[in-house]
Amino acid sequence: MSMPSLRNDWVVMAIFAAAVLTAPIWLSPVGAGYPDLLQKFAIFGLFAIGFNILFGLTGYLSFGHAVFLGVGSYTAVWSFKLLTMNVLPAIALSILVAGIFAVVIGYLSLRRSGIYFSILTLAFAQMSYNLAYSVLTPITNGETGLQLTMQDARIFDEPTTSGLPSTELFGMSMSGYSGFYFCAVLLIIGFFISLRIFRSPFGLKLLAIKSNQTRMRYTGFNTKPYLLAAFIISGMYAGLAGSLMAVTDPLAGAERMQWTASGEVVLMTILGGVGTLIGPLLGAGIIKYFENIFSALNPGELHQIFSWLPDWLENIVVAISSEFVGDGWHMTLGLSFMLVVIFLPGGVIEGVGRAYTKIRTLLKSDEANESDESVLEPEPVLSAEKE
Amino acid sequence: MSIVLSIKNVDKTFGGLQALGDINLDIEEGKTHAIIGPNGAGKSTLLNCCIGRLIPDNGTVEFNGKNMIGMQPHDINHAGMVRVFQTPEIFPELTVLQNVLIPGFAKRDGIFKFNAFTSLASEKDIEADAMHILEDMGLIDQIHNSAGSMSRGDKRRLELAMGLVQHPTLLLLDEPTAGMARHDTNRTIDLLKTIKERGMTKIIIEHDMHVVFSLADTISVLAQGRIIATGTPDEIRGNPKVQEAYLGGAEL
Repeated sequence: MSMPSLRNDWVVMAIFAAAVLTAPIWLSPVGAGYPDLLQKFAIFGLFAIGFNILFGLTGYLSFGHAVFLGVGSYTAVWSFKLLTMNVLPAIALSILVAGIFAVVIGYLSLRRSGIYFSILTLAFAQMSYNLAYSVLTPITNGETGLQLTMQDARIFDEPTTSGLPSTELFGMSMSGYSGFYFCAVLLIIGFFISLRIFRSPFGLKLLAIKSNQTRMRYTGFNTKPYLLAAFIISGMYAGLAGSLMAVTDPLAGAERMQWTASGEVVLMTILGGVGTLIGPLLGAGIIKYFENIFSALNPGELHQIFSWLPDWLENIVVAISSEFVGDGWHMTLGLSFMLVVIFLPGGVIEGVGRAYTKIRTLLKSDEANESDESVLEPEPVLSAEKE
Repeated sequence: MSIVLSIKNVDKTFGGLQALGDINLDIEEGKTHAIIGPNGAGKSTLLNCCIGRLIPDNGTVEFNGKNMIGMQPHDINHAGMVRVFQTPEIFPELTVLQNVLIPGFAKRDGIFKFNAFTSLASEKDIEADAMHILEDMGLIDQIHNSAGSMSRGDKRRLELAMGLVQHPTLLLLDEPTAGMARHDTNRTIDLLKTIKERGMTKIIIEHDMHVVFSLADTISVLAQGRIIATGTPDEIRGNPKVQEAYLGGAEL
């Protein structure tokens, strides 16, 4: 049976949930076990998982997905300003509003395919980015960014007396580890939905559209609504990610919609492995790790790391490697991205798969060699007998 | 006998070149109708006009009494007219089984259905039907291979399976045995004969006379965009006009 069984899915989900919830423990040896960074992993992981539903399954490369990230953030902050500091309405509204934006942008952009589709999505994103700075300033608060103030209505909350309120979930503050676990739970739910889509008839039909869209039309499908549905779903994921950014830090700026942010999610997905379930999440993790850990390293810390080397060698190694950390982290990221695309077109996940099969064949050939030896061993005995 | 497909006064011109001129053709229910003719006679153009890939300049294509001209390809498919392409049009990245599941879903789900939360593993009916047809096609031992890696002959049979799994009212076959080895061709002929016994109406475009005369109830001969003769295989064999235009006077 090629069809993945339902029980299999639950095993995958159980392992995934366990891995995410224990991340603070197993990521601390590499210096990533603190809530701020873990939260970023979860948020950008959700963004990339959603992006992958469009790009990985249908092959349509959107270059403007950051627009939904920005819309999600603005909506969440407005919810904090007008309704309540509780995060649930903020998240629900963000997903909804991002979904509405995705309907409009998707409907117009999906009239074309290939590079034209990418350019259309990019145009919409840049347009939104510039509007946020100009015409839409009453909604976005322009360059200052949208922030909480003491005068906000917050109609469902008690008026606060001391300082700005913070985001909360029924009284539980959304900072530190509680914030991470909230994002982690949403990541697990988001991953589960993505898994179900990948293993559904709908997901298979999206893959078939990627493979041969013309054939799909003659097979009896109207491909447009399928593509639009995938676009909306991935836009809603981005809206969720945007709202979680506002949950961890309740302000929203237009720079979240800039084209570099749209490009980043493309990089994450390709780096990790397009069209695979876990790849985009992996890619998001790697990029955010580089951004936060590599960029923070300085020559002093490098001397510490390489202190076990002889002094003259230590100085050379530190001199070279210091070019790749700190401000040079972009170079490290760029080089790794190039290496992955050239040698592992399937992304990091392909590398993991290759390493796994290599180890397995190595283990197998070891076993085979052993058994060969046991067959060969009697020979000298025989020849000795002959003599 | 009722008429399933009725082509009336169809013309098609490509930039001054007349590809089809005043085509009139009736396809009877349950029959296998072969369309033969030399290269460039307009056979594929005629099929393309039937399934909505091309729109004729004039004329109507009535399927079960309904004009198909201007309808979307997916709507024509759901009306029950299904085409098997000349160059294999498959989903190369998907497995052989998945290739046959897709048209199965099309038949059941219609032009759009958002079934994103049902598991593929629970689609037992669609899978059983696909497996059954793949078994008929002799592809059962390849179901988990990627379709793009199959031999050309196997791809053609896969395409046939993709058409058959939709149980169409009318199947349009564009050279179903082109590129097949002789024993594969014979196997395909046997298969098409079995389908015929089940009462499926077919139009076959074919170069291979062996295939045409083994399968066809009626043959139409197309030459330079016009039908020059329609009749039973025996009538066509003996028609001097056909021998002149199509076979260059050679004996069939």
